Amino acid sequence: MTCERPETSATGGRPDVLAPLPVAWRSHGPRQRSWRTLRVRTSAVLTAAVVLAVLLVPPLVQLDQQAVDLAAKLRQPSWSHPFGTDDVGRDLLLRCVYGLRVSLFVGVAAALVAAVVGTAVGALAGALGGWVDRVAMRVVDALASVPHLLLGVFVVALFRPGVWPVLLSVAATHWLSTARIVRAEVLSLRGRPFVDAAISGGASRWRIAVRHLVPAVLPQAGLAAVLSVPHAMWHESALSFLGLGLPAHMASLGNLIEGARGSLLAGQWWPTLFPGLFLIVPTLAVAGLAGAWRDRIDPRRRSELML
Amino acid sequence: MSAAASTAAVDAGAATARRRLPWGGMARLTVRRILTGVPLLLTVTLGVFALAAASPFDPVRGYAGDAALTADQETLDRLAANLGVGEPFAVRWWDWLTAALRGDLGDSTVLRQPVLEVIAERAVWSALLCAVAFAVAVAVGTLLGVLAARRPGGLLDRTVTGTAYTLSAAPVFWLALLAVWFFALRLDVLPAGGLTDSGSSYVSFGDVAEHLVLPAGVLAVSQLPWFVLYVRQGVVDALAEDPVRGARARGLAERTVLVRHALRSGLLPVLTLIGSRVPELITGALLVETVFSWPGIADATVRAATAVDFQLLAALTAFATVAVLLGNLLADLLYGLFDPRVDFRDM
Repeated sequence: MTCERPETSATGGRPDVLAPLPVAWRSHGPRQRSWRTLRVRTSAVLTAAVVLAVLLVPPLVQLDQQAVDLAAKLRQPSWSHPFGTDDVGRDLLLRCVYGLRVSLFVGVAAALVAAVVGTAVGALAGALGGWVDRVAMRVVDALASVPHLLLGVFVVALFRPGVWPVLLSVAATHWLSTARIVRAEVLSLRGRPFVDAAISGGASRWRIAVRHLVPAVLPQAGLAAVLSVPHAMWHESALSFLGLGLPAHMASLGNLIEGARGSLLAGQWWPTLFPGLFLIVPTLAVAGLAGAWRDRIDPRRRSELML
Repeated sequence: MSAAASTAAVDAGAATARRRLPWGGMARLTVRRILTGVPLLLTVTLGVFALAAASPFDPVRGYAGDAALTADQETLDRLAANLGVGEPFAVRWWDWLTAALRGDLGDSTVLRQPVLEVIAERAVWSALLCAVAFAVAVAVGTLLGVLAARRPGGLLDRTVTGTAYTLSAAPVFWLALLAVWFFALRLDVLPAGGLTDSGSSYVSFGDVAEHLVLPAGVLAVSQLPWFVLYVRQGVVDALAEDPVRGARARGLAERTVLVRHALRSGLLPVLTLIGSRVPELITGALLVETVFSWPGIADATVRAATAVDFQLLAALTAFATVAVLLGNLLADLLYGLFDPRVDFRDM
């Protein structure tokens, strides 16, 4: 559905045979394909591992992440504590899993809110056009011209740190790209024959929007939503690191890194290193999966950047 | 002879045509951007005041701080009247705006200084940090991107691209902390933070340069992945285009083809990126300045936010918005300047 975009070629109406080879050919050899398969499989395995760990460890493992053991504080990574212990002797592996759980929860929730808002605004702006479109796009422009983290800092500062301000401030800055993508997609769909056919068939605006336009833009919107999960996690952890994020009793990975600053300056690297790795791995895994998904729904862009 | 003369004339004509810069188009674009930027800025600041009105934040408490706990009601009421608390946010926004146009952005409660002074004092250090980091990121990013693009799918390409993806997923404050641990604590070769040594009473060039290395390096590394990946993609695309094929067919050296032909057209998309990266740069600076206690604007932002210093926060938000808009304008101007095919009227 998305592969009928008009070609924008600088050379105009040149016969196809003479057109330069598309760069995509480079990524179609067997070796490249095997690399891509490997990447997708690794990403899938890692994503599954992250989700399973986050869902299963708290109910299955009967260990208290907050259990303080001052006798075992700041132990180096070892067999009994694979990631070592923090400055009051809590096991860092367990703390990281719980932190990832909090980060992932905030990230997914914020991305969901952002996806719904972005799709609704983008679809309305694209489908209605006129002043609705203009006002909506001005709002998007205005929000896009404030650095996101600064806006988050501002919101959390005014509303006091907590789960809801963090979640809403992250969601408020992540629906913009979805809205833009959905609007552009709807605009290009509006001129398509099947929409014209629906109009001449007497379908109402509402029916066209719900039955024809929204289903057609959902893959793109879903892709944008999936890609915004790691970004939202990153955003939340940055706020928490600045001390403007989640409260200490529901420590996210950002809180863990913030809390480890003292021991880092005393020379202990492990309380800082592992929470950061726990942020990197899900991000890469989700990006790998989203890249594969995009290859499927939009083969034309296969050779482009996976970002 | 006539053929040679006409060739020379054509060459001269081409040269002057190339040298004539689109000043008119650039000026018109700038004016148009200012005309759209002013309402945008007004919207953002109005939104800031609306948000403050909707929040549980109490300006009187914010202004008086702990003194509000012991002050009598009369003083608090007078303070509230002075601050215009009872009035709707649009009125307060208007008062703030008119005062701001006269050059009065109010006083910062946390730094006990006029807001304008805070910004003026700290903007220099933030600009220095960002400029150095940006220059390093562009230079190193271009180099690595070209090297990676030379043989797409090769070992070097895979290493560079993989590292770039991993780095782009790494939170910048985490990188900064690890850099502090490694370079300042483990190797003890660079200072861990601040602008100067704590003992020195004046700012010297060498001292600042030494303190700049780590923050600027980390900020550059955090911006690097995007440049590398985009330059690589631009050059890879350009290598498949006709001009490059033509250059190869004429027997030019591979280095010439790569640098003079592929890189030149491959860098164009990156140019737009440079200006549009300003928000990410500000975000990165916000975190890096916090880790390294660099006395810049971003450091002031975090302190203002922790203490709910509304005047300072509002001014800094407006300031950042202006910076982003200027970045976008700069990107478009550069793009039009370097690519003669671009028409400024389309922007």
